[in-house]
Amino acid sequence: MPDEADSFNIPATVPRKSATFDDYTLSEIRRAAATGIYDIRGGGAKRQVPHFDDLLFLGASMSRYPLEGYRERCDTDVVLGSRFASKPIELKIPITIAGMSFGSLSGQAKEALGRGASAMGTSTTTGDGGMTEEERGHSDKLVYQVLPSRYGMNPDDLRRADAIEIVVGQGAKPGGGGMLLGQKITERVAGMRTLPEGIDQRSACRHPDWTGPDDLAIKIQELREITAWEKPIYVKIGAARPYYDTALSVKSGADVVVVDGMQGGTAATQEVFIEHVGIPTLAAIPEAVRALQELDMHRKVQLVVSGGIRSGADVAKALALGADAVAIGTAALVALGDNDPALEEEYQKMGTTAGAYDDWHEGNDPAGITTQRPELAQRLDPVKAGRRLANYLTVMTMELQTLARANGKSNVLSLEPEDLVALTVEAAAMARVPLAGTSWIPGT
Amino acid sequence: MCGIVGLFLKNSALQPELGALTARMVHEMVDRGPDSAGFAIYDVPETRSKITCLSLTGETDWQALSVDVERVVGEAVEVIEVEDHAILHSAGDGAVARNRIIEIAPDVSVLSVGHAIELFKGIGDPDAITERFGLARRSGRHAIAHTRMATESAVVIAGSHPFSTGADTCLVHNGSLSNHNRLRERLRRSGETFQTENDSEVAAGYLAWRMREGDTLEVAIERALSDLDGFYTLAIGTRDGFAVVRDPIACKPAVIAETDDWVAMSSEFRAIAQLPGVAHAQIWEPKPATVYAWSHAA
Amino acid sequence: MTADLDLATLSVRQVNAALQQAQEGSYRVLHPGGAHALACGLDAPLEISIDGHAGYYCAGMSKEADITVMGNAGTGCAENVMSGSVRVKGDVSQSLAASGHGGLVVVEGSASARAGISMKGVDIVVGGDVGHMSAFMAQAGRLVVLGDAGTDLGDSIYEAEIYIRGNVASLGADCIQKPMEEQHLAVVSQLLDRARLDADPASFTRYGSARKLYHFSIDHMDEY
Repeated sequence: MPDEADSFNIPATVPRKSATFDDYTLSEIRRAAATGIYDIRGGGAKRQVPHFDDLLFLGASMSRYPLEGYRERCDTDVVLGSRFASKPIELKIPITIAGMSFGSLSGQAKEALGRGASAMGTSTTTGDGGMTEEERGHSDKLVYQVLPSRYGMNPDDLRRADAIEIVVGQGAKPGGGGMLLGQKITERVAGMRTLPEGIDQRSACRHPDWTGPDDLAIKIQELREITAWEKPIYVKIGAARPYYDTALSVKSGADVVVVDGMQGGTAATQEVFIEHVGIPTLAAIPEAVRALQELDMHRKVQLVVSGGIRSGADVAKALALGADAVAIGTAALVALGDNDPALEEEYQKMGTTAGAYDDWHEGNDPAGITTQRPELAQRLDPVKAGRRLANYLTVMTMELQTLARANGKSNVLSLEPEDLVALTVEAAAMARVPLAGTSWIPGT
Repeated sequence: MCGIVGLFLKNSALQPELGALTARMVHEMVDRGPDSAGFAIYDVPETRSKITCLSLTGETDWQALSVDVERVVGEAVEVIEVEDHAILHSAGDGAVARNRIIEIAPDVSVLSVGHAIELFKGIGDPDAITERFGLARRSGRHAIAHTRMATESAVVIAGSHPFSTGADTCLVHNGSLSNHNRLRERLRRSGETFQTENDSEVAAGYLAWRMREGDTLEVAIERALSDLDGFYTLAIGTRDGFAVVRDPIACKPAVIAETDDWVAMSSEFRAIAQLPGVAHAQIWEPKPATVYAWSHAA
Repeated sequence: MTADLDLATLSVRQVNAALQQAQEGSYRVLHPGGAHALACGLDAPLEISIDGHAGYYCAGMSKEADITVMGNAGTGCAENVMSGSVRVKGDVSQSLAASGHGGLVVVEGSASARAGISMKGVDIVVGGDVGHMSAFMAQAGRLVVLGDAGTDLGDSIYEAEIYIRGNVASLGADCIQKPMEEQHLAVVSQLLDRARLDADPASFTRYGSARKLYHFSIDHMDEY
């Protein structure tokens, strides 16, 4: 019975929100109820999953000796595609720019990516719209994607590419096809893709003329025949069953395997696809490497890893786990100016905030990157943005070399799993390195 | 993923060449399936049961095994060894013999039971496998064979196709099933035994179960079209012939050719291209979700 | 003057290299035996005859050349064809002229599943039947079929035009029958002439996009 004197002062419990039905979830249910359509957005998985931050390098001590910075060289170049191609790709740094389409990105953004990558001696990759003259012109090394949609596919671009990447899937949506909504299907984009202007593009999720690695082997043979066996053929897979997928890519005849983890971004797809399909990059790498080692193909068929690479530390850890190179997508766009706080006022008007803006499919990017609107796209100066990308790549490379030298390596490809330990049990199990301070790898 | 081939002889004069023709078809499928291979060859049915077994260790004491099986089936068992395989012949019940072997010999994989079928499989280069088991010298009435590019299960001998879990019945599969794990559990509860984690073995077990329940092969395959999920072209060998079926989406390839002398099926035409008389063959692609079957008994 | 390239003695690479380097002339490819990627990536007004059955991707990504297969062809015949012509005297397997951008592809026999899938401007004429999912996601170009079409014809079609003389087992999402007017009869007539196949244009029925999937609407959920 409440105290008579306190009958009007009943202490209230603190209002408690549900962890299951959190603010975001509640707002999403309301949005679904209002519209009857799934939420579409760009970017990669946003929720926290085990990642490179859960791994640490051991560095040098009494038993391992470091290299001097600057004076003692730490090589960063890597060759991709040495297996079958007569003209493999030689990169000065093991960081490439991942496939992103003209259409999802503005022409200015694609030019900036080309300029920045070429300044650093690395490659860019076309996306689901085909090759533009600007990108071929500004990119010293250009990888040409062959996707299920085949938008803009033609033998001339195949022949003037430096490498060919057959896209089986990507980390954001393993099993999904491309998506570009009407707002971004401008006259030029529509022309390249042979679509009516302004419609919502539907895309196939399977290739039209092959299904399965046995038939992929024949498709690869055809692409090699068309390009006189000169160009490296990459096979890109979203991280699903990376052990089997990597083995099968090798058996189909790939020169390079690209594995894209769930943190890998997309221009647009259903939110549930991004967050609930595909495995973390960290979990995918050791599986892909294991497949290569069992086939005695490690370092003979190169492995490129993407999905949440943010710094030289991430690059170093990916290489230590066995990758030959990494690809960046989201990070490259941020370097160009995506989600810049300087544009906060405009983000607020769109109901979002710098760092959270992901409705790229609407094509209203104030930074001029994921838009086709000319007045927005021209805000991005390709020369300046290209320099920003080159700066960022330079920093990543220097960070990579710093960590490699600290672990006694004169070549970044000498980084190995034994240089790493994990901070959590999950990361230890996924990366197959011991929990820090112990010799325990869960599962072994 | 894989290459599959089947050859059914309408003209019995070609029977001595069945193995040689099949071996050449297998050769054309090596690119699709470099990891391992297997074949089932069907001759005129014998009165005795034939049980083809594989020694997983290479050190199986076949004589000791046959003595035990003899005791259980109550009939003499004759053993013919072929490399790491052995064929046990007996007038006793083949199914009983199979179950006994599975029960007492974990080092043995029972590959087939029946009156017409012999089944061989191995890992490594498919041409080396057909050479090792003398396929080119064998005669018979029909054969199916398979070259394997392992997808989700390991490259072990037992994972090679063909898979057989019913008398004189086996299948080879090109494609990838998507509901085989739960289906395997259902079939286990219905009395099927499985020796691998392979999806193709589940398809074989499914057909064997349906036929044990009284379905004809055609009815069993019709049911399989609804109960198996995924992508598949199947070639099924039976005592008297073989059948071909593709799933309703039909992405995995298949081509069939027929002359007065033979019917052939393959994943790619080039396996059929070198068969005698192919220039006059009727060549077609099987339609999805449709059973095509040929039988000597017809 | 026709030059012979014999696959009994030459490899596919050698045959293709010879064809890809040629600027003009007539060539016969002998003993194809179902080999893959024959005469792919050509880029000159050559006349090629494949004397037998071809495997997958015959005439893939072809430009300018006129290629004839005297037998059957496998999956992806004339895939991504850019211009010129490809003619198959026999039948073809799946994905005929997949994502083709231009030129004329003629099959005198029948095509199996996914004929014209993802087509982007090629003209296809089939003397016999086409299989299921033909013209799936067909964006541009014309598909003319003198025989029957299988299930799900034109599923998710964009602006390509389909003309079928025979029976259509079923139409795919957003594909509807459309009226045949003067200009359509003229289109069919011209394509039949170019294909050298005989039929009465008035006996064809036209199919195309209902355009209901061009912008997402929950009222059309069933079509997705």
